[in-house]
Amino acid sequence: MTGIYAENSEGIFKKSVLEAASYASQISKGSVTAICIGQPSEGEADKLAKYGVNKLIVVEGLHAFDAQNYSNAVTANLTDIHTFVIANTYEGKSLGPRIAVLMAASLATNVVDLPNTIDGFTVKRGVFSGKGFAYVNLSRENKVIALTPNSIELKENPVTISIEKSVVNESENLTQITGSNKATGKIPLTEAEIVVSAGRGMKGPENWGMVEELASVLGGATACSKPVADMDWRPHGEHVGQTGITIKPNLYIAIGISGAIQHLAGVSSSKVIVVINKDPEAPFFKAADYGIVGDAFEILPQLIAAAKAAKN
Amino acid sequence: MSVVPDTTTKITFTDNNTKFNTAGVQFIINPYDELSLTRALEITEKNGGTVTIATVGLAEADAVVRKGLAIGATDAIRINAEPVDGQFVAEQLAHIIKEGGYDMVLTGRESIDYNGGQVCGLLGALLNWPSINVCTKIDVADGKAHFERDIDGGRESITASLPVVASAQKDLCEPRIPNMKGIMAARTKPLNVIAPISVDAFGQYSAFENPVPKQAVKLFDAQNAAQLIEALKNEAKVI
Ligand SMILES: Cc1cc2nc3c(=O)[nH]c(=O)nc-3n(C[C@H](O)[C@H](O)[C@H](O)COP(=O)(O)OP(=O)(O)OC[C@H]3O[C@@H](n4cnc5c(N)ncnc54)[C@H](O)[C@@H]3O)c2cc1C
Ligand SMILES: Nc1ncnc2c1ncn2[C@@H]1O[C@H](COP(=O)(O)O)[C@@H](O)[C@H]1O
Repeated sequence: MTGIYAENSEGIFKKSVLEAASYASQISKGSVTAICIGQPSEGEADKLAKYGVNKLIVVEGLHAFDAQNYSNAVTANLTDIHTFVIANTYEGKSLGPRIAVLMAASLATNVVDLPNTIDGFTVKRGVFSGKGFAYVNLSRENKVIALTPNSIELKENPVTISIEKSVVNESENLTQITGSNKATGKIPLTEAEIVVSAGRGMKGPENWGMVEELASVLGGATACSKPVADMDWRPHGEHVGQTGITIKPNLYIAIGISGAIQHLAGVSSSKVIVVINKDPEAPFFKAADYGIVGDAFEILPQLIAAAKAAKN
Repeated sequence: MSVVPDTTTKITFTDNNTKFNTAGVQFIINPYDELSLTRALEITEKNGGTVTIATVGLAEADAVVRKGLAIGATDAIRINAEPVDGQFVAEQLAHIIKEGGYDMVLTGRESIDYNGGQVCGLLGALLNWPSINVCTKIDVADGKAHFERDIDGGRESITASLPVVASAQKDLCEPRIPNMKGIMAARTKPLNVIAPISVDAFGQYSAFENPVPKQAVKLFDAQNAAQLIEALKNEAKVI
C-alpha cells in the first residue's frame, strides 16, 4: 500500500500535498492513505479525495513541530504501507530521511517524475544543482519518495475518503521552538507559482510600485537581485540566486536584471522565464523563453494593463 | 564533509551516460560544509572543544580533506569507501559518531553534486538525536544548542538539547579560507583512514542525463508588450 504525508499548513493542504497524493494514486494499485498531524480545516479532506486518497489518518496529541516526534508519529501509523510519498518542502526534508530510517526504506529525494516500474522501481531525480538528472533504482521493499513541488501534473482520481483519528502520547520534545517569523498574508517566495523579480535596472526603491502591482495582478510574489537587497532597496528575504533563495516557479519574470551566473543559479529551474531588459546583449536572454528588449518603465504599465484585462 | 565538483564544472557523463565524467574536474569542499566547518570552529573557539572532519570517500578525497584541516579542524577521519549514496554515507558516519562521543554534528543542507539533502535527517534517526535542518544560525550556550532555521515562508528559532545534528544553510557565517600557517599545520594533523562497515544496498544509479537545452528566446515588440501577456496565457499557459 501507498501512503503520503499530508503536510498541514494551518489546516490547509497546499498544492505540494495534492501532488504527492496524485503521485501516490498513480503508482498504487488500490488505496492511498494520507497521514496528517493536527486537525485539517473543513473540506480539506475532500481535496485529498479528489486525487485518490481514500483514507486520512489525523494524528492528534502533538503540538509544536519536532522532526523526531513527528517522524515517529508518522511511522507508527504506517501499517502495511511500503511506499511513502512526501513533498520535498522544508518540512518534508526534515521528516523524509527520518521516516526512511524508521521504515528501513530506500530514500529518494528531489524526485521530479513518476517512477518507471517495468523492471524494479526507478525514479528520476534532479542532481548537480539543475545541471543534470539521474535515474536511481530503489532496491529496498520499502521506499520513501520526496517529490519536488511543481514537478508533476495533478491528475484527478476522485474516490470516497474515510477519516480516522490516531492519538499519540507526546514524548518529551528535545527541541523547543522559541520564536518564528513568518511572512503573513503574502505568498512565500519559495511557494509562489509566479514570481516577478527586478534588478538594478529599476534605478531605485521608489520605482517598485509597478513591480509589486504586476505581481499582485498575476497573483505572484516579488523577488530581486542581490545588489538590490544589498542596497536595501528591497528586503533580503527577496534576494534570489546562489547566495539567496533558490526558486522554481512556473513563471519567472526578470525586469532590469542582467542575468549573472550567480543570479541564474537560483532561478534557472523555473518552467517559463521572461526577461525584460533594455540591453539586447544582456546574458539573461540566453536563459529566457520569452523576452522584450526595451525600457522597463515603458513596458511595465503595458504589461499591468494587459494582465488586468487577461485576468478578467 | 563531502567532496564535490567545483561550482563552475560543466556537467557531462561517460560510459553511455551511466557515470559522471570526472575528467578535468576540480574537486572542492562542498560549499555548505565550508559553512558548517567554519561555524564549528567558531563555536569551539568560544566554548572550548575540538572539531573533527569526517568524510566518506576514496584516497583522492585526501587533498580536499587537508584543506579542511588547513581551515582549522583538529583532526580528520576518512572512511575509505566510494560514497555511493546519502544513505550509505549516513550509515558509515553514524557508526563512527556513536563511537566518538560527539556533542554536535554539523552537515551541509545538501551536497551540491547529488543534491540529496538527506544526511542530517538520516543521522538524526540513526542516532536517535534531534535533527535541525537548514540552519542560518547555530550556537551553543548554557549547555544547549540554539538555532535559527528556514521554514516554508519564514524562519524560526529553536533550542535543542545536546547531542544534536544540524545542517548548514546559506547565511550561516562567512566561510574561512586557509592561510599559510593553517596550510603548514595541516600537513602534520592526523587524517585517520578507517575501513567501512558493510551496509545492504539502498539503490543503484542506472543512468544520467543533462537537461534539455532551452529553445531560443521568443521576443516581442516593446511597443506591443500586451502580446507577451497573450503568449503567457494562451501559449505557455502559465497565467
Ligand atoms: C560570490 C557571488 C555570489 C553572488 N550571488 C548572487 C545572488 O545570489 N543573486 C544575485 O542576483 N546576484 C548575485 N551575485 C551578483 C551577480 O554577479 C550580479 O552582480 C548581480 O546579479 C547583478 O544584479 P542586477 O542584474 O540587478 O544588476 P546589473 O548587473 O547592474 O544589471 C542591471 C540590468 O538592468 C538593465 N537595465 C537598466 N536600465 C533598464 C531599464 N530602464 N529597463 C530595462 N532594463 C534596464 C541593464 O541593461 C542591466 O542588464 C553574486 C556575485 C558573487 C561574486
Ligand atoms: N561522502 C560524504 N562524507 C561525509 N559527509 C557527507 C558525505 N556526503 C554528504 N555528507 C554530508 O551530508 C551533507 C548533505 O549531503 P547530502 O544529503 O548527500 O545532500 C553534506 O553537506 C555533508 O555534510
